[in-house]
Amino acid sequence: MNEQSTGRSGFTPAYLDRVGSSFTDFLGTAAPDLLPGRRTLPGVPVGELSPHATTIVAVTYAGGVLMGGDRRATMGNLISSRDIEKVYAADSWSVIGIAGAAGIAIEMVRLYQVELEHYEKIEGLTMSLDGKANRLAGMIRGNLGAAMQGLAVVPLFAGYDLDAAEGVSPGRIFSYDVTGGNYEERGYASVGSGSLFARNSLKKTWRPGLSADAAARTVVEALYDAADDDSATGGPDTVRRLFPIVYRVDADGAVRLGDDEVATVAEAIVADRSAAENREG
Amino acid sequence: MTMPYYASAEQVMRDRSEYARKGISRGRSVAVLTYDDGVLFIAENPSATLHKVSELYDRIGFAAVGRYSEFESLRVAGVRLADVRGYSYNRRDVTGRIIANAYAQTLGAVFTEQMKPYEVELCVAEVGDTAATDQLYRLTFDGSIVDESDFVVMGGQADAVTSNLRQHFTPGMGLAEALRVGVQALSAVSPATAANGGPDQLPAEQLEVAVLDRRRPKRAFRRLVGGALRALLTDEPAPAGPAGSPAEAVPHHAPSAPAPGTPAGLGDPTSVDTAGGNEESSTQPTAQDGVGGGTDGDSEQ
Repeated sequence: MNEQSTGRSGFTPAYLDRVGSSFTDFLGTAAPDLLPGRRTLPGVPVGELSPHATTIVAVTYAGGVLMGGDRRATMGNLISSRDIEKVYAADSWSVIGIAGAAGIAIEMVRLYQVELEHYEKIEGLTMSLDGKANRLAGMIRGNLGAAMQGLAVVPLFAGYDLDAAEGVSPGRIFSYDVTGGNYEERGYASVGSGSLFARNSLKKTWRPGLSADAAARTVVEALYDAADDDSATGGPDTVRRLFPIVYRVDADGAVRLGDDEVATVAEAIVADRSAAENREG
Repeated sequence: MTMPYYASAEQVMRDRSEYARKGISRGRSVAVLTYDDGVLFIAENPSATLHKVSELYDRIGFAAVGRYSEFESLRVAGVRLADVRGYSYNRRDVTGRIIANAYAQTLGAVFTEQMKPYEVELCVAEVGDTAATDQLYRLTFDGSIVDESDFVVMGGQADAVTSNLRQHFTPGMGLAEALRVGVQALSAVSPATAANGGPDQLPAEQLEVAVLDRRRPKRAFRRLVGGALRALLTDEPAPAGPAGSPAEAVPHHAPSAPAPGTPAGLGDPTSVDTAGGNEESSTQPTAQDGVGGGTDGDSEQ
């Protein structure tokens, strides 16, 4: 079938050829200009010119997994956004958090969401969690050229494993490096500029088999600790009522915790910390 | 070298139409009905995996009859068109009309230009915010497109089912009522029911049922399977527990376990690959027991 044979506004042959169930692969043949990895890049570092998103943490708990991110994006020494959202539901059973060049990262999340939904619609079933983690690794790999120019994107991926073997925790976390390396994490993980401080905090607060509420507190507390020591991570903003974004993925799917719920947790942490300060002082 | 016989364009088109019509009427029927909360798809389909009804986009569904390989490739094309458009514009910019137009153009071009027309009939359905804005497009093998208001019946004995539905269908029925009317209409002509010694009504196992439910927030398409469908068919209260919960509808992959520290995708280090080898290597299954894969070139030894 050639280009003319399907009429002027009907499907072009690329649409009708059965080549697979990946949206990214399909765009590569039908509309390659829409793919983030296919653009020519200027030969100079451009990282300074684009907003960067920062700390993301994820923890497993008894019923699944939680992921949270602060609300700050920075551009050099400037705060370019106070209310950016960096954690998104990838599909009904998984969430993705992004650190790095915000523009490319958000485009990548959008593409990834369509990728998962497209597969689900074409195949009639959800991709396995390992398959999802691997598809994301492929996307990061495609961004290596941009990463070398200062536009690195490093996501954190977590999901509820519908196929988890009996007696195994269904919540799983995967981290990535700029070359597309994909590593499954044990219990908790963090990425972004404040990840060092967040991880140290999680190391002290996280325990296997936490309840959902206790796990939410460890997430918000880790972000608080990251904001304490990292200028690119935002703490709870009580003036504007901006609190971290936290997603929970359990047997009922991925849900974003309500702002009130997160605010309560964050305010409890602030109260505990100031009480501790005053006792010492 | 023989000269081809002359055939008038009229004759050629008539022959193709007849050919396509025959192919389509050989299968079983699919009915698409509007109900108060959206659009209901009912297909007589004993297979649980080879679907005749599926999701195209958030508010748009697809039903087809005819040759599976042909409508499956059209379905995939529709999903691709919707996803590309939603990705490059916005999710709200994907409409049933655009997809239906692309189908009409493609079917029309294939009908006039190719030796064999597609033996398919399609329905593209879209739910709006109110029942008045629901759209049903019926597309036939020659690329004709018709905007229907209440219901669409395709394939098999479509005329008989249509006249049955004309008597019993009323706009704005509830889901259970619409399902009852639709299943009754399909059962009346089905080769699997009473006329041939079967049950009076098609059982849940013979049906593929899905809805586009306008009350669902983002993706309106939902399949009704298992207990939820049986409960609706028999007018009994839904079985205890989360009927039709997502987990129930999801076919499962092989069980998996977290493997932190193990490089992803390299497989379980304790289970070796069982392909190939010969009988001397006793740790691996032999080719004779049918477990090992790979070549059996060594089985002569």
